Amino acid sequence: MVTSLETMKLSVRKLNFFYGNRQALFNIDLDMPAQQVTALIGPSGCGKSTFLRSLNRMNDIIDHTRVEGTILIDGLDIYHAKMDVVALRKKVGMVFQKSNPFPKSIFDNVAFGPRIHGQKDRKKLAEIVEKSLNRAGLWSEVKDRLEHGAMELSGGQQQRLCIARALAIDPEILLMDEPASALDPRSTSRIEDLIAELRADYTIVIVTHNMQQAARVSDHTAFFYEGNLIEMGPTTQLFTKPREKQTEDYITGRFG
Amino acid sequence: MINKAFTQTATLWFMRLLTYCIVIVIGYILFDIVKNGLPVIGWNFLFTNPERAGAAGGIFPAIVGTLCLITGTITVALPLGIGAAIYLSEYARQGRFTQMIRLAIVTLAGVPSIVFGLFGLGLFVFFFKFGTSILAGNLTLACMVLPTIIVASEESLRAVPQGFREGSLALGASKWQTIYKNVLPYSLPGMLTGSILGVGRVAGETAPILLTVAAFFLPRLPHSIFDQVMALPYHLYILATQHPDMALVRPMQYGTALVLIALVLGLNLGAIALRIYFRKKYTW
Repeated sequence: MVTSLETMKLSVRKLNFFYGNRQALFNIDLDMPAQQVTALIGPSGCGKSTFLRSLNRMNDIIDHTRVEGTILIDGLDIYHAKMDVVALRKKVGMVFQKSNPFPKSIFDNVAFGPRIHGQKDRKKLAEIVEKSLNRAGLWSEVKDRLEHGAMELSGGQQQRLCIARALAIDPEILLMDEPASALDPRSTSRIEDLIAELRADYTIVIVTHNMQQAARVSDHTAFFYEGNLIEMGPTTQLFTKPREKQTEDYITGRFG
Repeated sequence: MINKAFTQTATLWFMRLLTYCIVIVIGYILFDIVKNGLPVIGWNFLFTNPERAGAAGGIFPAIVGTLCLITGTITVALPLGIGAAIYLSEYARQGRFTQMIRLAIVTLAGVPSIVFGLFGLGLFVFFFKFGTSILAGNLTLACMVLPTIIVASEESLRAVPQGFREGSLALGASKWQTIYKNVLPYSLPGMLTGSILGVGRVAGETAPILLTVAAFFLPRLPHSIFDQVMALPYHLYILATQHPDMALVRPMQYGTALVLIALVLGLNLGAIALRIYFRKKYTW
């Protein structure tokens, strides 16, 4: 890791995570640079999702969990006692593995976040909704049926709606937990194109099972195994010349 | 020859027979009540005061009394029950303590209604000095249906996918905002219908109201919540077991039973209609 701590959007130091007595993450040190895509790969249960969810403190909602270590976003410790979780999550958006549109209209889904944060002006909301849907590449498909239920959309559209919803609160960081794992190849490639476009404005951290996807969309890749960070490096280097034997075994498909 | 196909058919018919038996019993009870009760039902019976200890006149005060008890009980028990359910399933740390609370609730659901009646008599009638009154009756009945409402509400909350909560929290919504805007709207219909189905019991209970609210014979409408009222199940009990001339009031008994059953049936049908309506509105 050559880059200094100052240009890092996210810095994780000595992160340990526990579900009850079971430790899920061990001493993770990881830096994620601004306006780049960092992919987290590894076999199921390796802790990559747990790691991702600790970046916006989504693990807080699970009972009997414990965090040790520090996670700095723009130099601020997000687990500090005085940290405002609401402000944190406004800054760190999240897209889930299983697309989770709310059973409301398309408009109300995207407007949910801004409304929560006090935006009541109908015109402003309409602007935000249009802008966010545009960014998520969904506007042209839904602009004539914003009042229709979000559940009517196809799986790929639902996931892009969730991305639009996350963008509507104007986050700086976007966390994506296997955003395309439940989608068909065409929808998957749309999501990947979208990630490439969003990269210019957001710091993106993406968990993926699909190594080709990690290779295609990310600038940096981190390989997790059994709760440990095995290797972290520029994506091209990690996939062509991995330093660790375990990484090589995983990316060549020898296990996992 | 006994083969698999035969056993299959035999089992099927046995189960079918059992089901029909239940239907026949209920059908007969209903038929008997409707046949003997229907001739009595009329404007006079439904909307006038009883006379001569129920031997003549109508049952209007008892109908009003039972409606008072139903609405009052729902008003008290619904907010309490829903609040408790929200706390238990959304806020409380899941562990031994919440398990104990749940066990207590389930146990409470199994307590005989006469025990609730005595409890209400002791606490509301005497200790809080509400006297034998609608208020005391409502509170007693509320205690009795609280477990049903809590269980129904918790089930309804659990039916809301976790993804709705996480999605909302991840957008920076607070816990209460998440519950209020993205959980309750979807679970409220289920809570209401589940609770109403449970509250149907309130209309038919005799033991708890016997000690806390019901009047033996009070041919007028209540003036306030501190007044006593007549109630359909208790009136029926009086007519059927305590009246000096039982044969004379037999038609009155049937009429009262029919009104009570129709009331409960109407309540349940309403709840089911509500559920169908909301199921169409919110699907995921």
